[in-house]
Amino acid sequence: MNDLWDGLREAIRLLLGGDREVWEIVLLSLRVSLTATGISLLLGVPIGAALALVRFRGRALVVGLVHTGMGLPPVSVGVLVSLLLWRNGPLGALRLLYTPTAMTIAQAAIATPIVAGLTLAAVQGLDPRLRLQLVSLGASPAQTVWWLLREARLPLIAAVVAGFGAVISEVGAAIMVGGNIKGETRVLTTATVLEVGRGNFTTAVALSVVLLLLAYSVTLALTLLQQRRRPGS
Amino acid sequence: MSTITRRAPTPHAGFVLVAAMIWAASLLAPVVSAAAQQATPTAGARDVILATTTSTQDSGLLDALVPLFNEQTGYALKPIAVGSGAALDLGERGEADVLLAHSPAAEQAFMDAGFGAERRTVMYNDFVVVGPEADPAGIADAPSAVEAMTRIADAEAAFVSRGDDSGTHQLELGLWEDAGITPGGGWYVESGTGMGDTLNIANARDGYTVTDRGTYLSLGDRLDLEVLVEGDPSLLNVYHVITVDPERYDTINAAGGQAFLDFLLEPATQEVIGEFGVDRFGEPLFTPCADNACGVLPSTQATPAATPAA
Repeated sequence: MNDLWDGLREAIRLLLGGDREVWEIVLLSLRVSLTATGISLLLGVPIGAALALVRFRGRALVVGLVHTGMGLPPVSVGVLVSLLLWRNGPLGALRLLYTPTAMTIAQAAIATPIVAGLTLAAVQGLDPRLRLQLVSLGASPAQTVWWLLREARLPLIAAVVAGFGAVISEVGAAIMVGGNIKGETRVLTTATVLEVGRGNFTTAVALSVVLLLLAYSVTLALTLLQQRRRPGS
Repeated sequence: MSTITRRAPTPHAGFVLVAAMIWAASLLAPVVSAAAQQATPTAGARDVILATTTSTQDSGLLDALVPLFNEQTGYALKPIAVGSGAALDLGERGEADVLLAHSPAAEQAFMDAGFGAERRTVMYNDFVVVGPEADPAGIADAPSAVEAMTRIADAEAAFVSRGDDSGTHQLELGLWEDAGITPGGGWYVESGTGMGDTLNIANARDGYTVTDRGTYLSLGDRLDLEVLVEGDPSLLNVYHVITVDPERYDTINAAGGQAFLDFLLEPATQEVIGEFGVDRFGEPLFTPCADNACGVLPSTQATPAATPAA
């Protein structure tokens, strides 16, 4: 238990003491995971909305794929992205392996199905008469989708929270495609793994505390937004 | 459901602004770290990928050497810490430019197959057999490492193996082979992790394991494990640097790999290696031995080390 208390103290010291290396790791974790979450929104929301609103043959199969993807193991994504980005792999010429960009790609692949699946559920959860009403009021298809998404924004924020939570906390893909290189691709999760391997449990606990604080801060901001009283309603 | 005509859009401007600021701030991270580096070689040729063993990372040696190398040469070394087996595999695939490994037989096979350009001795330390102080298999007075392994197997005492094709794992398997034992059964556990994690597992299970001395020392008083067998010639742990043959893949950064090989063998670097760990552990974790200058290897083994692959 001493490790736990020492870890807490160490976490406070690292953050308040302005430990440069830790702050770099924190900022990189944020940059990679926020960018990945942003990309997953750009991809996942349209996919989820389309699956919710458009009927086509084989739709159930696609929805099943998306739902399976929500539980995609990060290490499997890591292996796949590594194979693609290896120097002598299909995208090797881009020289992206062991860079933050590679980590962002892998994390976006992890978060996109989560965002798509939850968007699908959110839009399907709306009263079906709303869509009819919108159409009867003369809304174009684009306007219809826009207003439906607006109406579903509470569960959509939950989708963002889930996507961000999945990627900020994953380690398997980050260590595989990032390489855990000091000063370049070391993020909070991979640094924690390294410190455990080195037997520095106090530092590992401290980094975990920082990670939790970070995840909590971002999630709290999103939750405040979600729970805010909606003006005019 | 009076949704449609409700209010003009009130985007959550405040929140969006805060989120954008956090994101923008996080973009500064690479700028800050990039500012600390200089860029002599051209951008594309700067990255040098080093595939190496977990022991060089877990012990902290890489953290001491990499900044020196980057500063002196202007290259950006990317160390990827995996087991020696995986490191050689990355070299074979042309995914690494230079390797730092400690698995002599596998390294020689790598050179013989023509995957490497140059292989040179860098440093050594030794492996030790560690275990619980109670020593249930009674190996502390074993005359040799092989005899110690025999006693562990006879007693069916808990043993944690790396199980990851690393240099340490190869050495452990060699000891079992010399003892004429095929380890298996409930007492023999394969961790599938790096040396630090494996020591932690052995510690938690009151088990024996074979470890390089550097990682054992760097975990220090975290462990209740004692060094029970040491000093046997079969426990020698020699590290070699290997440049990957650029002929096989045009993606290899041959100049960068060569620069790292030269860097490791330089007297100044050798001195850093020899002093590494003294401040924290009271003794060095590695003994520098560029090109076998210290005579750690029998000359028959040392000579081919410097010969380019056939």
